[in-house]
Amino acid sequence: MSLLAARRPAGTGSVQERAADRRRGRTGYWLILPGFVFMLLFFVLPVFSLLATSLYTKPPGADIGQFAPALEFGNYVVVLQNYWPELLRSFAFALVATAAALLIGYPMAYLVAVRLRGRKLLQGILLVLIIAPFFTSFILRTQAWKQILADEGPVVQVLRALSLLPQDGRLTATAFAVVCGLTYNFLPFMTLPIYANLERLDTRLIEAGSDLYAGGFTTFRTVTLPLSMPGVLAGTLLTFIPASGDYVNAALLGNNQDTTMIGQVIDSRFFRVVDYPGAAALSFILMLAILVLVTLYVRRFGTKDLV
Amino acid sequence: MTQHELKTAPEPAGAAAGGADLSLASVTKRFADFVAVDNLDLTIPAGSFFALLGPSGCGKTTTLRMVAGLEQPTSGQIMIGGRDLTGTGAHERPVNTVFQNYALFPHMSVLDNVAFGLKRRRVRDAQAQAKAALELVELGHLGARRPGQLSGGQQQRVALARAVVNRPAVLLLDEPLGALDLKLRRQMQVELKKIQTEVGLTFVHVTHDQDEAMTMADTVAVMNGGRVEQLGAPRDLYELPRTAFVANFLGKSNLIAGDVVEDRGDAVVVAAGGHRLAVRKDRAAAHHGRAVVGIRPEKLKILWPVDAPGTDTNLLRGRVLDTSFTGVSTEYLVAVPGIGTLGVFSQNHGQQLARPGDEVVLAWDTGHAFGLRGDEDTSAGAAEAADG
Repeated sequence: MSLLAARRPAGTGSVQERAADRRRGRTGYWLILPGFVFMLLFFVLPVFSLLATSLYTKPPGADIGQFAPALEFGNYVVVLQNYWPELLRSFAFALVATAAALLIGYPMAYLVAVRLRGRKLLQGILLVLIIAPFFTSFILRTQAWKQILADEGPVVQVLRALSLLPQDGRLTATAFAVVCGLTYNFLPFMTLPIYANLERLDTRLIEAGSDLYAGGFTTFRTVTLPLSMPGVLAGTLLTFIPASGDYVNAALLGNNQDTTMIGQVIDSRFFRVVDYPGAAALSFILMLAILVLVTLYVRRFGTKDLV
Repeated sequence: MTQHELKTAPEPAGAAAGGADLSLASVTKRFADFVAVDNLDLTIPAGSFFALLGPSGCGKTTTLRMVAGLEQPTSGQIMIGGRDLTGTGAHERPVNTVFQNYALFPHMSVLDNVAFGLKRRRVRDAQAQAKAALELVELGHLGARRPGQLSGGQQQRVALARAVVNRPAVLLLDEPLGALDLKLRRQMQVELKKIQTEVGLTFVHVTHDQDEAMTMADTVAVMNGGRVEQLGAPRDLYELPRTAFVANFLGKSNLIAGDVVEDRGDAVVVAAGGHRLAVRKDRAAAHHGRAVVGIRPEKLKILWPVDAPGTDTNLLRGRVLDTSFTGVSTEYLVAVPGIGTLGVFSQNHGQQLARPGDEVVLAWDTGHAFGLRGDEDTSAGAAEAADG
């Protein structure tokens, strides 16, 4: 009976069928309940707690780590005054890393999803290789970049030999190293959504493009790229957002002067300086800034049918 | 650069009104160890509506894709308007295709789809020309929609407009009506033919549907196994097939194998299963030895034994096995001893219908029979036609 009811347009069934429809409707809400409770406990409540912390004050003469509840909006002004360069730098690094990951990830995704279509084994192997970095720890992989970019390492040696780097030039502890680390670590987050999108690309549309006088690049620009925008949008967001808040790459691959990212500042405010209100205020500023940037970006490039 | 050159430079060669001759010279296409198209020679005159007809896997689509530039031939040459285009890419050829699944760009409006080719060639009034092309297919009012919001028939017209608007030297149609239901297909067949007459382009139409090919095309090439079996006007192919494959694939045929036993001057007589069948010499491929005689089912007259003429040739006695009444006509299956089962289409004009088990006589005019070479496989093409 339920099968028959499902075929019929809504509202035409008998009283019992409509009651069954309602029961099915309620089942959906029960199913999302665990997720709802989880998000409430571990996301919504902490956000409010963070918001409250960001407005605390330190009473005169209080011990380290002792704060009093207040509505001290001045915390936001102070941290912005002190740390706006780190905030801007974080977005700049994340932006460059996202662009680099897009330039590397898109061709990779295109190769696997379009060029190798129908060659299932090769596709599978390459997909595993794309995900393979996740098999080892994030920290270890970032440490490995230290070796790759080390003064006596192959990259520096080659660049020095080609005079692309001065003889005393270094790559470790530079902004370049940090952006390399960010690009590398978030590359799969860029590649996989684009792959998932391009995998469904109808290659007959590419043929139609070339049939209508569009060369390879023009077809890419007018057909393939616009159709894969949902994947590009998802990939860039999944790369940019975590990269802006990242503190591991800057800590391991950067220096203490000109590569500090906002994540490091928040980390040290929380755990070293024990300035909970300052750290919380910075966290909130970072969140809001990302929210604004992402909203503008999605408005500009987003499509109605996201991925 | 002069004004004149500026204006004409991006135009593809041969885009003049009336299209251009398309010719394929010894074209072969091999995929691994499979020969899809086998040493094909074909000339399609400018302004004609040409159909490549054949079962799936006969090489017709591969031929089309080679003309479009989407595949390159393993050997041979493809020329349009006398210019050798072998080796050039699809975007460099004055050829446009109406794809089987339409392949409309889903992220563009209908109008932008139609204007796509014009914009690539930097035609100045692309939008206006695209609008005019949409009017031609009676979809002028839907230009702002997305292809996904249109019905199958409407998408088909957009695909046609998107190709026609470029005034290609050759317009290719790859099973363009395959996805439409029967009624819409009939309607579009008429419209396609009308549009072809209006725009006067060379149309090359690939199909497995013999009715579609015969309705629309001036010239039909029946393809089988990578080769052209026979080429000609639809009526000529139907009335005088030169191979068993064509006889069976294009309409139905009764094919009877026998030996030539008598030369009557203008006709030969073939003996088969104790019967004598006459074929005019100009309609027979074999004038001695083994031969196959073919007669279309509607050319056979079904008679009561008492009405049978008193000749000994072109007369088969048999028993009705099965009848099916289709309104306009009745189809009979008649078992003839020594020959086998023959099909007969009989126009219904109020005569008494034979029933299964009735003894009947089949007769026909000598001029309606055709003769094939004796080594033809009489069942060739029958299964493929049934699949189609």
